[in-house]
Amino acid sequence: MTSRQSVAVAGEEIRLENVVKAYGDSRAVDDISVTLPAGAFTVLLGPSGCGKSTTLRMIAGLEEVTSGAITIGGKDITGLNAARRNISMVFQSYALFPHLSVAENITFGLKVRRVAKAEREDRLKTVADLLGLPLLLDRKPSQLSGGQQQRVALGRAIIAEKPVCLMDEPLSNLDAKLRHEMRVEIRALQQQLGFTMVYVTHDQVEAITMADQVVLLNGGKIEQVANPRALYEKPATAFAARFIGSPPMNIIPSTSLPLLGENAPDVLFGLRPEALELRSEGPVRGRVRTIEYLGADTLVACDVGGTDVLARLPSGRSVAAGDALSFGFAPDTLHIFDQTSGKRRDDLITQIGLQVQSS
Amino acid sequence: MEQLLLAFGSMALGVGACVLYFWGSNRLLDLALPPRSRNAADNIRRANMIRPWLFLGPAVIILSAYLVYPVFNSIYLSFHGRSGDVYVGLDNYRWLFADAGFRESIFNNLLWLVVVPSASTFFGLIAAALTDRISWGNIAKSLIFMPMAISFVGASVIWKFIYDVRAADVEQIGLLNAIVVFFGGEPQAWIALPFWNNFFLMIILIWIQTGFAMVILSAALRGIPEETVEAAVLDGANPFQIFMKIKVPQIWGTIAVVWTTITILVLKVFDIVLAMTNGQWGTQVLANFMFDWMFRGLDFGRSATIALVIMALVVPIMIWNIREAQKDG
Repeated sequence: MTSRQSVAVAGEEIRLENVVKAYGDSRAVDDISVTLPAGAFTVLLGPSGCGKSTTLRMIAGLEEVTSGAITIGGKDITGLNAARRNISMVFQSYALFPHLSVAENITFGLKVRRVAKAEREDRLKTVADLLGLPLLLDRKPSQLSGGQQQRVALGRAIIAEKPVCLMDEPLSNLDAKLRHEMRVEIRALQQQLGFTMVYVTHDQVEAITMADQVVLLNGGKIEQVANPRALYEKPATAFAARFIGSPPMNIIPSTSLPLLGENAPDVLFGLRPEALELRSEGPVRGRVRTIEYLGADTLVACDVGGTDVLARLPSGRSVAAGDALSFGFAPDTLHIFDQTSGKRRDDLITQIGLQVQSS
Repeated sequence: MEQLLLAFGSMALGVGACVLYFWGSNRLLDLALPPRSRNAADNIRRANMIRPWLFLGPAVIILSAYLVYPVFNSIYLSFHGRSGDVYVGLDNYRWLFADAGFRESIFNNLLWLVVVPSASTFFGLIAAALTDRISWGNIAKSLIFMPMAISFVGASVIWKFIYDVRAADVEQIGLLNAIVVFFGGEPQAWIALPFWNNFFLMIILIWIQTGFAMVILSAALRGIPEETVEAAVLDGANPFQIFMKIKVPQIWGTIAVVWTTITILVLKVFDIVLAMTNGQWGTQVLANFMFDWMFRGLDFGRSATIALVIMALVVPIMIWNIREAQKDG
């Protein structure tokens, strides 16, 4: 038998239609409909308790769907047994079998599915080479570092060559440096192998750096589905605006910052700290409360009409607490959200843009 | 009434004496090495080195008197005659290995050793796995655990009724014979059936020990990380494979501890045999054999020799068991 050069699988599209997960009266996942394109890297992002893990576990078949339907590759799998859904999964705790060696852990699935020994060995070798594991195959999980355990968990997922791979916060137990490395590696692996990835995280940096598409969840509902750039540049809601970006976007009620004039409706203005620039006679005026020096730049917190506003200023400029500053911004960096629903109000942008420029 | 008062009185006296000892010795230590003044730090350190010995002292002394001394005395007695005063060298050992009763006991003990720990552990494991999956599992568990609360002699009395035999023309009051007769069979004297009666006796101990095995193994099964089971499910393993290849290997240490704990118990099995057959009809075991020679044969030398054989069999398993239990925790 010739040795296989690579593992490659065609990803399949996942579609969720009006999916609900209810525990008694409370709804952990509340009527979600979204399409995760074939072969794409989709991140389910949100704060803890937003329903992202529950959604993933419903796709995996580890949780039952209360109502709605899930299809993979056009086939309805809503009621199907987890083992028959043709998916692989990486757990947050890695879920390695402590009594089996690395090699046995990786090939466990092939063994119970009665793949012939020669082919098992072959696939194991390919996967081990891919993940840099060849020297660790005989060890037990307890003899591995966190990063190595993570690789074994990845190996166990990709050796199955399933069209869909699910990951539940796989990097949360690693230190910052390793997390960065694994982020790059997982992304490269997914692009190389071509499966559909569904990746759950609460870390917006992971979402922004890895995803083709981000599904932002809050309170069991979808806030926004977009690619990372659109999510950052055009957040659909005030929640999305504050969740993406670090430090988060300033949300300033129009009562604190009357840009729209006297008779305008109450809205929320969104301005990223990096969008604010010092400009004498600029429309955003406030007094400096605290200063945080970060090296390349400085974060300045100002009190603007009773609301705290963060601005990221180049460190060259020296400011002190108590200084009165005024900021301007490019019109296209202003976001406007509805006061009550939090939804984006692009219809008001043009109106304001003119006013800002003329001021 | 007078007896009752005496019992309560001595209990109160015992507890009082204990309290007095612990409080008093602690007080004396504090007086001798006061945790104040210039040497406070030194005194506290020294007092902390002495205090554990003070508190452990009574237990250590009593345990030595009841456990360590008898071991050495047994060794001494095994080289002496029936009343323990004439040195006979290895005579007792020579007699022992030539004695038919001893060979029978060893053989039966081995039989118990093979059957009871494995059967109890096996049934306990099955019960633990099944009761975790059903809604009335806790009730089932209580029922299976209940025999643990019955003394061995009490359990033997219960099972005597089950194995009871009456003449063929009379109504059978023994459950087993009643069933046999109902299906048209002949009533049997179960506990007097050579060889097989050993197994009828073993069933009693299995009945008692399955509950113990179940409780410990059920706790171990619940300690298995749920995610490893879910990972196996996604890998396509069926429930039987998950049980055998994922769950059982992960609790292997606990299974071994349960197994050896029951093994030690089996080596010492005595009450059941004494109460059911008193070693007749080929059911003799080492502990009952020793008891026979001690209190019926009134031979200190021979019974001490048998006791040492039992100890020699138990000690290695005991050591292994303790090591394994420590590794587990």
